[in-house]
Amino acid sequence: MAFETIGFYVLAALAIIASVGVIGQRNPIYSVMSLIGSFGALAGLYILLDSPFTAVTQIIVYAGAIMVLFLFVVMLLNVPREDAAEWDRSHPLNRPGARRFGAVLAVFLLLELGWAVWHASTREAVALNTVSAGGVSSVAAIGRSIFTDYSFQFEATSILILVAMVGAVVLARKEPQ
Amino acid sequence: MDPVLLVQIALVVVVFHALLLSAAGMVWAERKVAARLQQRFGPTLTGPAGLLQPFADVFKLFFKEELKPKAADSVLFYLAPIISATTAFLAFCVVPFGPPTTLFGLLDRPVMLTVADVNVAVLVIFAVASMGVYGIVLAGWSSNNKYSLLGGLRASAQMISYELSYGTALAAVLLLGNSMSLVDLVNAQSGYWFGFIPKWFVFLQPVGFFIFMTAGIAETNRAPFDFPEAEQELVAGYHTEYSSMSFALFFLAEYVNMVTVSAVATNLYLGGWHGPLLPPWLGILWWFAKLSVLLFFYLWLRWTLPRYRYDTLMQFGWKFLLPLSILNLLATAAGVLYFGL
Repeated sequence: MAFETIGFYVLAALAIIASVGVIGQRNPIYSVMSLIGSFGALAGLYILLDSPFTAVTQIIVYAGAIMVLFLFVVMLLNVPREDAAEWDRSHPLNRPGARRFGAVLAVFLLLELGWAVWHASTREAVALNTVSAGGVSSVAAIGRSIFTDYSFQFEATSILILVAMVGAVVLARKEPQ
Repeated sequence: MDPVLLVQIALVVVVFHALLLSAAGMVWAERKVAARLQQRFGPTLTGPAGLLQPFADVFKLFFKEELKPKAADSVLFYLAPIISATTAFLAFCVVPFGPPTTLFGLLDRPVMLTVADVNVAVLVIFAVASMGVYGIVLAGWSSNNKYSLLGGLRASAQMISYELSYGTALAAVLLLGNSMSLVDLVNAQSGYWFGFIPKWFVFLQPVGFFIFMTAGIAETNRAPFDFPEAEQELVAGYHTEYSSMSFALFFLAEYVNMVTVSAVATNLYLGGWHGPLLPPWLGILWWFAKLSVLLFFYLWLRWTLPRYRYDTLMQFGWKFLLPLSILNLLATAAGVLYFGL
């Protein structure tokens, strides 16, 4: 088996185990750590796809910046354990309607996954690395395509983030007496 | 076996041990510089000029009892120093420290004096540095001690704030060198202006160099920005509850991080192994000379300046350093665009 194939299965397994760990933990700090592990495995997959820039950005933005903020909040709240939702009848997740809705969503997810796996085995692989066709350093190519072909999407995302920031400031502001 | 591959493997081993030794050397230098600045002698009894003092320190730590608070989270408590030390060593992987060499003709093709020549090296250093925060934050939280927790929170706030200026200062250098590989960036600084001024980026980026060093000192939690472990307020901050070798790992990480920041500054701003007078194959001497000057600067600063106040530290980072680094980036971009620097 090629090195890439082994690497793919190892990293994919790590990512899945870590993701299960995120929702399977009672302690939120361990959930955060599992999520960081999952992002790390994902970055490894990007490296296998020959795009180190995406991998490093994944680490800097998600595993580095965003998860530190998550950890910060969890530590400040200092909740050692999540509430035991299954014993709490008044919890919104325990209402019968919520459970049925969740079950429907789960069925959809399974169907989609099955569809994806089925088609992945029958279809030809699509060439994904059109951006890094130049090879050596894809950073310039990525920058060029962001600021030319995808400039609208890029600017729209920036505005979305700005709106979210302003919203957070407004929500956090104290009401004037 | 391919001799080049053997040399690469040897480089990994050499760099790892050189970093360990450099941490020991820095402990000795710190004690000596501190003593001299305070009109003392520092260590004199252990070996010639106290040179064996760091080894005595390590042996002492090695034989100390490993203590863990009862209420501490045992997994994360032991994981935190490991994360700190690992990320510290990992960052140095992509730092080149000398010109390509064939070992005086022994090899058929030149070998780069670095563990890994990555084409996004600058970003890798940045990414690893951002992972280093976890060691400190988790140490602070898992100790279950209010001083540790405060130290950990301070550390994360400080490192997030200063990473911005750090990265923005770096971006200006990337514009000048038109690459993200540290080897390319160093080679962009070879040659001279007017025949005698070396083409080091520090002459084009004096503000950037200032920002980089300031943010670098804050990133490594050294005085005058050593809030995470401010002893007058927080006992010892995030490593209050640590003893023996887990404490030593934090200590090791701090010194290795200092070496890495100084090495990156040497490569990005001071022309790496390029310099006048010496022949090119001795460039590694230039590299070590520049690195030593920067490391001495670190120690000098620590024993000269008192600690900031915490709110002034935050204000300095967000209201002065960040706007300044953005202006610097804009000016550099304009310079590259209109004057083709």
